[in-house]
Amino acid sequence: MLANALIITRREMRDSLRDWRIITPIVLLTLIFPWLMTATSGLAADVAVTWGAGPNAETIMNRLVPFSLMIVGFFPISFSLVIALESFVGERERRSIEALLSMPISDTELYLGKLMSSMILPLAASYLGLGMYFVGLIVSSRYVISPSLLLLIVVLTTMEAVVMVAGAVVASSQTTSVRAANLLASFIIIPMAFLLQVEAVLLFWGREEVLWALVLVLVMVDLMLVRTGMRIFNREELLSREFDEINLPGLWRSFKHLFACLPASVDLPRDGPAPRWTIWRLYRHDIPQLLRLQKLPLLVVVAVVVVASAGGWILALQYPLPTGVIDFQGVGDVDFTTGVADMPLLPGFDVRSIFVHNLRVLGIGLAGTPVSFGAVPLLLLLMPVSIVGFFAGEAACLGFSPLVFLAAFVLPHGIVELPAVVLATAFSLRLGASIMSPPPGFSISESLLLAVADFLKIFLLLVVPMLLLAAVIEVHITPMVMLYLLGG
Amino acid sequence: MSLIRTETLTKKFGEFVAVSEVTLSVEAGEILALLGPNGAGKTTTVRMLASILKPTSGTATVAGYDVVNDARTVRGLVGLLTEFPGLYHRMPAAEYLHFFGELQGMSRPERESRIEELMRRFGMWEARKQRLGEYSKGMRQKIALIRALIHDPQILFLDEPTSAMDPHSAKMVRDAIVDLRSSRRAIILCTHNLVEAEGLADRIAIIKEGRIVALGTPLELKMRLLGNPLLEVRLGESLDGLLPGIEGLVTIEEKGETWFRYRTNSPGEINPLLVHRLTEEGASLITLSEVPRSLEDVYLRIVEE
Repeated sequence: MLANALIITRREMRDSLRDWRIITPIVLLTLIFPWLMTATSGLAADVAVTWGAGPNAETIMNRLVPFSLMIVGFFPISFSLVIALESFVGERERRSIEALLSMPISDTELYLGKLMSSMILPLAASYLGLGMYFVGLIVSSRYVISPSLLLLIVVLTTMEAVVMVAGAVVASSQTTSVRAANLLASFIIIPMAFLLQVEAVLLFWGREEVLWALVLVLVMVDLMLVRTGMRIFNREELLSREFDEINLPGLWRSFKHLFACLPASVDLPRDGPAPRWTIWRLYRHDIPQLLRLQKLPLLVVVAVVVVASAGGWILALQYPLPTGVIDFQGVGDVDFTTGVADMPLLPGFDVRSIFVHNLRVLGIGLAGTPVSFGAVPLLLLLMPVSIVGFFAGEAACLGFSPLVFLAAFVLPHGIVELPAVVLATAFSLRLGASIMSPPPGFSISESLLLAVADFLKIFLLLVVPMLLLAAVIEVHITPMVMLYLLGG
Repeated sequence: MSLIRTETLTKKFGEFVAVSEVTLSVEAGEILALLGPNGAGKTTTVRMLASILKPTSGTATVAGYDVVNDARTVRGLVGLLTEFPGLYHRMPAAEYLHFFGELQGMSRPERESRIEELMRRFGMWEARKQRLGEYSKGMRQKIALIRALIHDPQILFLDEPTSAMDPHSAKMVRDAIVDLRSSRRAIILCTHNLVEAEGLADRIAIIKEGRIVALGTPLELKMRLLGNPLLEVRLGESLDGLLPGIEGLVTIEEKGETWFRYRTNSPGEINPLLVHRLTEEGASLITLSEVPRSLEDVYLRIVEE
């Protein structure tokens, strides 16, 4: 399989090497930028010495060099985005794609060939730049970068390149013009810019272990993007799509049809009229079918809840609060109607505020779903659950029964609220996955519409009523249970 | 033996029907021309047969392989000259051909000898090191044709093979197509050039709005759509005085001072009688010939209907 992909890669790389518009900036960035950064680092160390911060020169270098190393590595790979964005749609514009598609090669070979060709040249330039900077520092400042840091930056740069290229190849294979692909590139550039800022902070902070964790996250994103690209790559679409138009009436028609279909027997609107549906049918058939069909995301979310609570608990054991900080026996004296409402980020202690707050959090998670493949709602669930685990752990450390703590503070409303949030998160996760792997015969938009239809059924018919009920319980019953159990 | 066979082959893009229930077969050694106006579905049909597009319904086999289930095998058996050459402009011609030959699984020595053979045949050998971007339109079209032929395919799909070529190059390509006709190869030729279709194809399929509306040899199509051949008699003197004797034998459709035209269901029987009658009347017969009828007449009649 790789042999055919490599034929394509070789051709593309030769083509790139013949294009001075690509080669010139790569060469300049590879040769000049590391030299410039070496000079800057040396200068910074000299300035430190001149200004009487001599003893701190080493520290300054230790903070500045990793950041410079990251920049030296990143600049050449930024060109991989340009090459990758052009990979499929450029061939389409030059009308050379049809000849390529008529060759006896699989979609995967074609996709991998393009992916590798977009990455190898910029990455080679990046490694060369890093090497030059490494040698330059030794020669000019007698400063040796630690091998572990160098390895970290090399791996981080490689993973960043894969993220950008995999994302750009997806954009390139789904658009009809280079211009449209460039516009879509902002979905890659903006998160990458944010990522670089985070990396810069972590490098100045000197937390390599956190950066390795970031590498792990990037590997997961890489795998998701590559899988998405391979799954949605469609030579037919590439050849026959004429316009990047948003057909709102068509989308609405598809959505209505998919919403009306029974989840276990979904077909596409072009195959016939939409089935009839009633609220009764949705509760009686659709919801049970959806819960059966979406067992996997539900199990994933439940697992995340368990792991997050356990994580919170373990953290509490590592950092126990001093005795007396929390007075559970004095809970009865707290006026929840005023005290809690004054705390930042928390809603007022009334049914409407709690209900709206919960809806808002789920809404934020949903909004972040398409760009994070469902990771944002999962993270939003992870945080409060780990906090609950943390406080249960702290209660245990302070000698209170964690079960009594949970029964008093969480269980009365949590028994309804938690399943509602798990359901919403699981179907958000499914929404993200629908972009990565559309069902057979479905386009990305149709797959997304189906996931939205399923999400709405669960959200409107189960999650919203459950959250409302949970808010009522939280305001009117939980405090009573709490007082009963802890209030003395 | 049919190398290409389709059964109610249909392709829809959303609600638009590009190709509708096309049923045809092309035998080994045969050239079939697909004729039709722009957007008629010729290119979509060829793309389905080349396993680039999947049919919405119906079936198609190429050399016995299903175009959907055995797509990769089909692509290896087919040579496709695309409507637009679509070359990589920064690549030298020979390198470009090596690339496609390699994708077709050819070894380097095979590629080298085949590239030289084809480039020499099309008068391109001297330009093999030139970048494709420096080529003229005709040269680009020839390179695209060589690309389609590089692996000596059993089935050839040629989409407008001589478009953008000067008359000399076009003739060279037409001659090459005639040479490519062999007992083991089937060729489908998509063209707007009716003279080319009539000159090269054994059979012609006229496609309109995705449907095949006429299929047959050029002669069959003319007979079917334009009726019996129109015959013309030219005399050495005026028709005056001769007409009563002639009109008893044939129905005159057009006439002039010294000529007339007629049709007949049985030319083998009527024409000798007519010549005999005219000789008896003392007329000096100069010619009796069939009025040429072009494929264009057939095509326009179908397309305008």
